[in-house]
Amino acid sequence: MQAFTTLTGLVAPLDRVNVDTDQIIPKQFLKTIKRTGLREGLFFDWRRKKDGSPDPNFFLNQARYQGATILLTRDNFGSGSSREHAPWALLDQGFRCVIAPSFADIFYNNCFQNGILPVVLQADEVLSIMKDVTGTEGYRLTVDLGDQRVTTPDGAAYRFEVDPFRKDCLYRGLDSIGLTLQHEAAITAYERRRKQDAPWLFTDIR
Amino acid sequence: MAGSTLLDKIWESHVVRSEPDGTTLLYIDRQLVHEVTSPQAFEGLKLAGRRPRRTAATLAVPDHNVPTTDRKLAIADPISAKQIQTLEDNCRDFGITLYGMNDVRQGVVHVIGPEQGFTLPGTTIVCGDSHTSTHGAFGALAFGIGTSEVEHVLATQCLIQKRPKTMEIRVDGVLSDRCSAKDIILAIIGKIGTAGGTGYVIEYTGSAIRALSMEGRMTLCNMSIEGGARAGMVAPDEKTIAYIKGRPLAPKGDLFEQAVNAWHKLKTDAEARYDVTVTLRADDIAPQVSWGTNPGMVVGVDQTVPDPKTISDENTKHATERALEYMGLSPNMPITGITIDKVFIGSCTNSRIEDLRLAASLAKGKRVAKTVHAMVVPGSGLVKQQAEAEGLDRVFREAGFEWREAGCSMCLAMNADVLQPGERCASTSNRNFEGRQGAGGRTHLVSPAMAVAAAIEGHFVDIRNWP
Repeated sequence: MQAFTTLTGLVAPLDRVNVDTDQIIPKQFLKTIKRTGLREGLFFDWRRKKDGSPDPNFFLNQARYQGATILLTRDNFGSGSSREHAPWALLDQGFRCVIAPSFADIFYNNCFQNGILPVVLQADEVLSIMKDVTGTEGYRLTVDLGDQRVTTPDGAAYRFEVDPFRKDCLYRGLDSIGLTLQHEAAITAYERRRKQDAPWLFTDIR
Repeated sequence: MAGSTLLDKIWESHVVRSEPDGTTLLYIDRQLVHEVTSPQAFEGLKLAGRRPRRTAATLAVPDHNVPTTDRKLAIADPISAKQIQTLEDNCRDFGITLYGMNDVRQGVVHVIGPEQGFTLPGTTIVCGDSHTSTHGAFGALAFGIGTSEVEHVLATQCLIQKRPKTMEIRVDGVLSDRCSAKDIILAIIGKIGTAGGTGYVIEYTGSAIRALSMEGRMTLCNMSIEGGARAGMVAPDEKTIAYIKGRPLAPKGDLFEQAVNAWHKLKTDAEARYDVTVTLRADDIAPQVSWGTNPGMVVGVDQTVPDPKTISDENTKHATERALEYMGLSPNMPITGITIDKVFIGSCTNSRIEDLRLAASLAKGKRVAKTVHAMVVPGSGLVKQQAEAEGLDRVFREAGFEWREAGCSMCLAMNADVLQPGERCASTSNRNFEGRQGAGGRTHLVSPAMAVAAAIEGHFVDIRNWP
């Protein structure tokens, strides 16, 4: 996994609440057996008009947001399905950070597994940045994971909270399976203990 | 000393180790695997040269992509076919039990787990699927995970977690005639909203919950995620134990007795405290119909479509306007005035034998409206077999419903069962997001009873006073 330390990047605004994972990437793109190449499916139905042509009003189709690495959006982003294709598609499009007032649990967790930093800011802070993003072409933010701070071009800084363990894994780009396997002996000891207490959980299902 | 909640008890019995900040290595007893969220996990194992830690704790089944028409024919979509083939290859290579497409035990992953006795009280259960919350009906801690974590559990049989907060949702009283668990959970989501449960595990309590069958409790827990909670649970009782007894993968003989003794202790102590409690009266719950584009946008069938003009909160007002535009509905129109084109009875929410029995009892001797195309998709091959043994398939067919093979089908329309743009569907599934059942399709979430009545009348009706 790619580490995330600091990022200064162009911000793209998605001014909608409750953006669910079916919108982030619709089901027809879930048939892949790869993690890559999912950019084409990102916000697929919102990028197009009814006749199938690109909708010029949708932010991803606008020249000013090309190359954006930070997505700014509203409450409850990523609700619905557990599909990790949602962060994979965002990553494939170039997004390394999503800022919102709140996230759905599974999506939030999936971001950390893929080198994407989900940042929770206060609703009024998001609205204020949203106004500046739409009003200022080339608007960039700096997101510093070490300091847990988002800094605007005019120097305003917003602090955000992040779980220390998740922060450390993302900051160092750690493989969480590798971390867990360091505790192999503890897992084996647990299994031995559990087999005594609940032997019915250790029958072979085959 | 303060007592423990059901969540506390399950959590504490699964801690492998924990850090002072609460970061816990949590042992996972069971993992269910399906074709959509597993290929990249198996690929990850292969690339890292890792093997699954406990193949005997893992059960795989294809469900999302499978056709619900004749299984003897090859899958028409080559990409779907490849994904299913990949699951078969991976299960063979890694020694994981698979119920393949032509196995009678195949079905929707959240139907077959309980049906086989793979789902047991007091266990931790995961699957790369958000509706894993279903299994909480048995007093298990069951939640959906992403593909990276599917790989993590395959490799280590553990997950790195922090203990969630607890939310009690207490429903007392008696449901009206023909109302069901689906109406309870839709009413709950209508009350708490789609993010109300974020960060919580829900425990459902109260006399109306105790009165539900195991199938009803599965419907209830299934949609916990639609309220934002990764997991929902109901403490096990005699109904739970009776349901499990004798199932193929359930413990037998002395082991079963030993398990039952342990399961009896799985309840929240009287002196324990939840972080938050929400209460509803079952008597107040009318048959529910969703009108918008998330499951929190729901009202009773005797109500009207909301009017954005009367909503003061700007966010809610804007979201309502947008939803009404997508759904093609006018403010203030009665719900019973909404006409429908399609009916889908199925999904991990409502495709179990009890759902089909109830649906068939209402469909018997009636005819689906000429303007409606209706289909019934059983949750598993065994549900289908049971329904056919009881003659339910004949009842449905005679009433004009299509009778299909088991799978996820039109709940998410990854196979060939898709809504056309603008089509309106009364669906017993769990999500009414834009395009969920097909791009431009319009979904109304309802119970099986409401879906049958809508199929026959061509529009929603209040089943409490329907013939």
